[in-house]
Amino acid sequence: MTVLPRSVKAPASRFILPILGLVALALCVGGILVLIDHHGAENLLASIYGALGNSAGAQDLRNGQGDQIVAKLLLMVIALGVGVGGIWLLFLGVGGLVGTLRPTWRDRILPWVFVGPALILLATYLLYPGIATFARSFFDSKGALTLDNYAVMTGSDFVEILRNNVIWLIVAAGGSVILGLVIAGLFDRIRREALAKTFVFLPLAISLIGASVIWGFMYAWEPAEQPQIGLLNAAIVAAGGQAIPFFTTSPLNIMAEIVIMIWLQTGFAMVVLSAAIKGVSTEIIEAARLDGANERQLFLRVIVPAIRGSIVTVSTTIAIVTLKIFDIVYVTTGGRFGDDVVANRMFHEMFQFFDDGRASALATLLFLAVLPVMYINLRNFRRQQRDV
Amino acid sequence: MTAPATTIARKTTRVSPWRPPLLRSLPLRLAVFAICALWTIPTLGLLVTSVRNPELISTTGWWTALFNPFAANQWTLNNYSVVIASGGMGPAFLNSLIVTIPATVIPITIAAFAAYAFAWIPFRGRAILFTIVVGLLVVPIQMSLIPILKIYSGAGLYGTFVGIWLAHTGFGLPLAIFLLYNFISQLPRDLFESAAIDGASHLQSFIRIALPLSVPALGAFAIFQFLWVWNDLLVALVFLGPSNDLRVMPTALYALLGSRGGQWQLLTAGAFLTMALPLLVFIVLQRAFVRGILAGSVKS
Repeated sequence: MTVLPRSVKAPASRFILPILGLVALALCVGGILVLIDHHGAENLLASIYGALGNSAGAQDLRNGQGDQIVAKLLLMVIALGVGVGGIWLLFLGVGGLVGTLRPTWRDRILPWVFVGPALILLATYLLYPGIATFARSFFDSKGALTLDNYAVMTGSDFVEILRNNVIWLIVAAGGSVILGLVIAGLFDRIRREALAKTFVFLPLAISLIGASVIWGFMYAWEPAEQPQIGLLNAAIVAAGGQAIPFFTTSPLNIMAEIVIMIWLQTGFAMVVLSAAIKGVSTEIIEAARLDGANERQLFLRVIVPAIRGSIVTVSTTIAIVTLKIFDIVYVTTGGRFGDDVVANRMFHEMFQFFDDGRASALATLLFLAVLPVMYINLRNFRRQQRDV
Repeated sequence: MTAPATTIARKTTRVSPWRPPLLRSLPLRLAVFAICALWTIPTLGLLVTSVRNPELISTTGWWTALFNPFAANQWTLNNYSVVIASGGMGPAFLNSLIVTIPATVIPITIAAFAAYAFAWIPFRGRAILFTIVVGLLVVPIQMSLIPILKIYSGAGLYGTFVGIWLAHTGFGLPLAIFLLYNFISQLPRDLFESAAIDGASHLQSFIRIALPLSVPALGAFAIFQFLWVWNDLLVALVFLGPSNDLRVMPTALYALLGSRGGQWQLLTAGAFLTMALPLLVFIVLQRAFVRGILAGSVKS
C-alpha cells in the first residue's frame, strides 16, 4: 500500500498547497456570492463584457436581455465548481489542518471533522425543524397555546381528507405490493425475464408529475359529441358506453390517481420481491413439488411465506411514500373534487391560507403515522448491532 | 459483488426442469405480454402524441397514427421547439442540471465522510448518533418545510440554488449515510489496520482505500439521489418559489399545465423532455440502481 508519497514530496509543495487552497477558498466564496445574488450571473457576465469592451452587450444583460443563455451557462459552471469543488475543499482543508495538530488533539477532533457537516445538516434540516413543527402545531397565529389546529380535523372536510389518505395507503401500497409479487412470480418462469422486468421497472425513473401527465392523457375526456382522444374513454365509447370524466367524478378520481401510483411503484416491489424469490432455497421448492404441490400452492404456501420479511419491508417502504403523496393530487385535480389528501392540504394551508399552525398539525399527523415504522427500524437496527 | 453470478447460475439449473411445454405455457405468455403492454402503452401514447401534428391530436386518438404512419402532416418536431423556446423548458433544463448535480455530489461526499467515521473511527457518542440517523430515515420532509422556509427568508436563501442544494442534501443525508455505512462497515478490517501501521492517517485511508472500494455503493446512491432531485416537485415549489428564472423541469411542466392545460401537443412534449434524461440514466445504469434498491431495502 503506497499511502505516503505526498508528504515526502519536495518542500516547495508545502507552500504551494496552502496557497492553492486559499485561492480555491476565495473562488468558492466569490462563487457563493454570485449564486445567492438573484442576478449574480448576469451582472458578472456584464462586467466581463464591459472589461472586454462590449459595453452594449453588458448594458443588455443588466436590463435582463441579451445573452441570457450564456449567463445561465456561466452560472452552471460556477454552481458546479462551488457545489462539487467547495465541499471537497472543505473536507480536505480542515482535515489537512487537523492532521498537523499534536496526536492527542488530532485524534479527538478528527472524528468530528468527518461527521460534523453531516450532523450539522441533519440537525438543521430534520431534527430542529421537526421539533419546531411539532411545537408550532399547538399555537395559533397570534402565538397563544391552543388545540384548535387538531380540533378542526374532526370537521367533515378534514375527515374526508383523512379517509382519502387511508384509501391511498390501503389500495396504492397494497396494490403495488400484490401486483409486484404476482409479476415477480410470473416473470420468474419466462426465458426473457430481464427484458420483461425492464418494462415494468422503467416507470420508476419517471417523476410523479410526468406520470400524472402520461395518465392524464390516458384519462382525457371530451364532451359526448366530440371524438375521445384519451385511450380509456375511447375504449369505453367503442364498447358502447358513456365517456367518463375520470378526474372530476368522486370517488372514482381517487382510484384514477391511485392507478398512477401503482403504475410507478409496482416495479420497485417487483425488483425486490423477485430477488427474494430467487433467494428461496431450491431444496424447499423441490421438496414441496415432490409432495405433490401444484404451482399455485407452491407459490402461495411455500414461496410467499419464505419471503415474508421482504414483503414487509417493501410494504412499509411503499406505505411511507404513499402516505406523503402530494404531486399526483396537486397536479391532476388540486384536491378540489373530494380527492384531497393530507400533504396536498398542508401545502395549501401554507401557501394559500398562510395558516402555519394547521399546516404544522397536518405535518405532525404524517409524522405520527410513520412513528411505528421508525420504532420497528430502530428495534431491528439495535438487534443487528447486538448480533455483530 | 458475487450475487448476480450466483443467481444466474441457479436460475439456469432451476428453470429448465419445470418450464411448462409450449401449449400449456400460452396463458403465462399472454399474461406476461399483457403486463408489459399495460406498463408501456401509457408512455407510448405520450411519446407518439408529442411528435404529432396538433390539429390531428384533438380530432383523432394517438393510436390511429400508428395505423397511418405515412399520412401527410402526421408527424412534426415543432411541438418540441415551441415548448423549449416559449414554454420555458430549455432554461428549465439548465436549471435542473444546476440544481441536481451539486445536490447529488454534496450529500454523497458528506455522507461518505460521516459513514467512514461511524464505521472505523471510534469516538464518544458514536452509537447514539448513528441511532439518531436511523431514526431520521422515515421522518416526512413535510415536518421540515415550514421552519426551514422561515430560516431561508431570514438568511436570504429563499429562491437560491445554494438553498435548494442544502435542502436536498439535508433530506437525502439519512439514507445516504445509512446505505454507505452498510457498505463501508463491511469492508475488511485488515485493510485499514495495515494502512494505519504504514502510517496512513484516517483522511488518507478514507480517500485511498474506503472511497475507491465503495464505488458500487456510491454509484447506487448517486442514481437514487439524482432521480429523486431531478423528479422532485415539492421541494422546488417550496424553496425555489414561483420565479420564472428558477424553474426546474417539474415546476416548468407544472407551469405548462396551468397555462397550456388543453394543449396536449405541448404537455406531452414537455413531459417527455422532463423524463428523457432520467430514463436515459436509468436504462444505462439499471444494474447499479437495482443493486442500490436491494441493499437499501432487503438489509433494513
